[in-house]
Amino acid sequence: MIGRHRHLIGLEPLSREEIVGVLQLAISMKEVLRRPIKKVPTLRGKAVVNLFFEASTRTRTSFETAAKILSADALNWTSASSSVTKGETLVDTARNIEAMHPDVLVIRHPAGGAPQLVADHVSCAVVSAGDGAHEHPSQGLLDLYTLAEHFSGVRGKAVGEKGAAPNFGSIAGKTIAIVGDVSHSRVARSDLHGFTKLGARVRVCGPPTMIPQGMETLGATVHYQLREAVEGADAVVMLRIQHERIGDPLIPGTREYSKFWGLNEKKAAEWLTPGCVILHPGPVNRGVELAPEVADGARSVILDQVENGVAIRMAILYLLAGGAQGAHTSAAEGAARS
Amino acid sequence: MNGETIFIEGGRVIDPASGTDGVRTVVLRDGRIAEVAERWERPRDVRAIDARGRWVVPGLVDLHVHLREPGQEYKETVETGARAAVAGGFTAVCAMPNTSPVNDNASVTELMLARAAAAGLARVYPVGCISRGLKGEELAEYGELKSAGCVALSDDGKPVTSSALMRRALEYARAFELPVTVHEEDLGLVGKGVMNEGPTATRLGLKGIPTASEEVMVLRDIALAELTGGRLHVAHLSSAGSVRAVRDAKRRGLRVSAEATPHHLTLTDEDVARSRYDTSFKMNPPLRSAADVRAVREGLADGTIDCIATDHAPHSAVEKDLEFEAAANGIVGLETAFAVCLALVREGALSETRLVEAFTIAAARAFGLPGGTLARGAPADVAILDPGLTWRCDPGRFRSKGRNSPWKDALLVGRCTHTLVGGRLVHELDRGEP
Amino acid sequence: MNSDGIERALKRMAREIVERARGGELAIVGIRRGGVHLAERLRRDLEEATGQELPLGTLDIALYRDDLSERASAPVVGPTDIRFSVTGKTIVLVDDVLYTGRTVRAALDELVDFGRPRRVLLAVLVDRGGRELPIAPDMVGARLEVPEAEQVEVQLVEAGAAEDQVIVKPRGNA
Repeated sequence: MIGRHRHLIGLEPLSREEIVGVLQLAISMKEVLRRPIKKVPTLRGKAVVNLFFEASTRTRTSFETAAKILSADALNWTSASSSVTKGETLVDTARNIEAMHPDVLVIRHPAGGAPQLVADHVSCAVVSAGDGAHEHPSQGLLDLYTLAEHFSGVRGKAVGEKGAAPNFGSIAGKTIAIVGDVSHSRVARSDLHGFTKLGARVRVCGPPTMIPQGMETLGATVHYQLREAVEGADAVVMLRIQHERIGDPLIPGTREYSKFWGLNEKKAAEWLTPGCVILHPGPVNRGVELAPEVADGARSVILDQVENGVAIRMAILYLLAGGAQGAHTSAAEGAARS
Repeated sequence: MNGETIFIEGGRVIDPASGTDGVRTVVLRDGRIAEVAERWERPRDVRAIDARGRWVVPGLVDLHVHLREPGQEYKETVETGARAAVAGGFTAVCAMPNTSPVNDNASVTELMLARAAAAGLARVYPVGCISRGLKGEELAEYGELKSAGCVALSDDGKPVTSSALMRRALEYARAFELPVTVHEEDLGLVGKGVMNEGPTATRLGLKGIPTASEEVMVLRDIALAELTGGRLHVAHLSSAGSVRAVRDAKRRGLRVSAEATPHHLTLTDEDVARSRYDTSFKMNPPLRSAADVRAVREGLADGTIDCIATDHAPHSAVEKDLEFEAAANGIVGLETAFAVCLALVREGALSETRLVEAFTIAAARAFGLPGGTLARGAPADVAILDPGLTWRCDPGRFRSKGRNSPWKDALLVGRCTHTLVGGRLVHELDRGEP
Repeated sequence: MNSDGIERALKRMAREIVERARGGELAIVGIRRGGVHLAERLRRDLEEATGQELPLGTLDIALYRDDLSERASAPVVGPTDIRFSVTGKTIVLVDDVLYTGRTVRAALDELVDFGRPRRVLLAVLVDRGGRELPIAPDMVGARLEVPEAEQVEVQLVEAGAAEDQVIVKPRGNA
């Protein structure tokens, strides 16, 4: 359980406390990640199925790594090897997988709402690994973790050390810009919910064709000029420009996009405050939204995001796979003591 | 028709066409309304229906239903659809032509009518295609369709994308005095949209359909109605801009009418979020914003929108138990329409008289259908409605084969208890079924 | 057991550890949460006794529990902090109360995931009996016979108690 929730479909339904609960747990998970033997037995005998209807090597690998470190059995079911192409519906597929008794179903799907549909039809816990342009909750959480590490000045310190734990209150009051194709981005939505719930001010920026309606109602300010969005920001999340959007016709081409909404070293040096860091959900289109010098530069926390992603996903799996439905808590608590 | 005489006694008769509103006895004889009087002596052996505490209204008329026969009988048949109709108080329904094969020729029209006659429930009025094969390329044979029994023309489910074809349809239909009823959407603007464009679609990450996609077509067709003098009927109007356009067209004296559905009068796009992507909230046009719903209600109240039509669109789990974006559009509505719209009266958005009018005479007039009134000599099509009956909507008990209702499990107030078509009792609510 | 009793017990345990470690390279590891403050006190006593600085660590055994599937929700995980190599050292594992032995089993499993100690000694302030696993302490502050319906609680000033004491009370109103 994550607070009141059996599933993780998005960050929108989570309270601030529930989000911080996952982040807090990720501190311990990150410590496990850095041990000489990167394995704990906690989810031994539990099965995690990664049900991916979209190619996503990094997210799938991250969930798979997280499951394995926790000693769960991770099984991958990708659309290429499934019977989806033979006309089986998503509900059928989910029920078939459920018949194999997984404890957690991690699902990536091109349709917004697909994880919810699956959750409505199966009894195991469901984790969204990204659905359409809806949400990508684990990405939102790992971005929060990465930002908190930076804002509390603990980047690079040994985990477990006293004073080395990120303080998640440090996000409050910060200004974070999200730049790119917000309309098609599930990362943008999860980030927006997570950032605002933890008290940050959020600016979204991109060509007007890529900014969907209602951003203000979600608590963000809208900017069409990159400079206006990133100046004075404490962090900038650069979104990936997907090639299929070009000529959609949302933008005329990558060259113009890069010129007006891409971030290069010159713009970074002139417009960003010295402490401003750059996040990117990956994979980076080098030279389009981010110049290589910026992606690999001192401001980039992109690799921190990858490492923290594993810790966050360990925390999610632990909370959702751990615990049996309907077990007698009090009896178990007693037997477990000393 | 049936020669039996039936007295409906003690009910409140609301018949906007004749201006009646009060407790009356309605006498049905030989399939017609024989009398509507404050007191009428009932002979001993004559059958009576006790309607005390209920409304006695003309049988409801629905200009827009999908009966799925021929071709998709697993979703609905003329018989099950007609059964759902009379259960909801509807005595006449207009069946859209997007069947398989489509209703663009007399043989399909005749088949629908034969099935309806065999069922002997609601009156079924087929609507013929605007374009042959619903392809939007050439005109269907309106003369043949009219002779076979079609009462209007529509390519429902699809817009007529060619302005030139639409112009010719409005012109050619004049020869047969057939209204042309249009499903308005600019497919380019709709794109891959699956719900109303706006903050809710943004939150849900679903592609949006802007209201402008409907409005540009409504405005185009009003211009074409003006050009041709044709009879334009705008189906399932959903946006504030469309209401404005129709209001303006009517003010200018054009022959334009419009309908709105119970769902566009009561539900908003936020219900898609509240229901967590429930595909029973997916239809076309999509549920719009609260501001649009307000405008549609105002349009219905002031007569800009003539009538209420359900757009009853049964689907099976095969089409609905899917990802929101993959699911079929449409919901069933015949068995819930009265209760859903009665809420508008409770909320003060509509008078009781206007509600009954929008369900009966206003609809009948839009397509030139008989009925819609309890005037002496009119067909004995009557619905008895209990405005206080509270019931739990259980789609499992629908007469329709469709279970795709956004009101599943909702507590509804108002229900049809008796329906008479041509003086024959074709529906009576089971006492065990509240 | 009062403050003085606890103080004396720890001093005695420290002496026993020095004796038993016999020149091995010592390190102290407290089991969260009850063993952490006791481990700190033991280290102080041991450093006084040996005149050497000793590494101190903390283990949180939540991820090594054997009852995850029997619980309604996943147990809270606290920080584990072992920032020295355990390989070759004599590790003194410290907890407040020894009961079923399951916590110590989990702690041993976790400890060996950090390396291969030369030896592990178990020091507990209270052994209340009731073992469910073949585990025995090396150093014990006090042995108490406590019925199953009751629980032993070690209260320390570091954890916010008014004074150090060991109390026995009915289970369930912790």
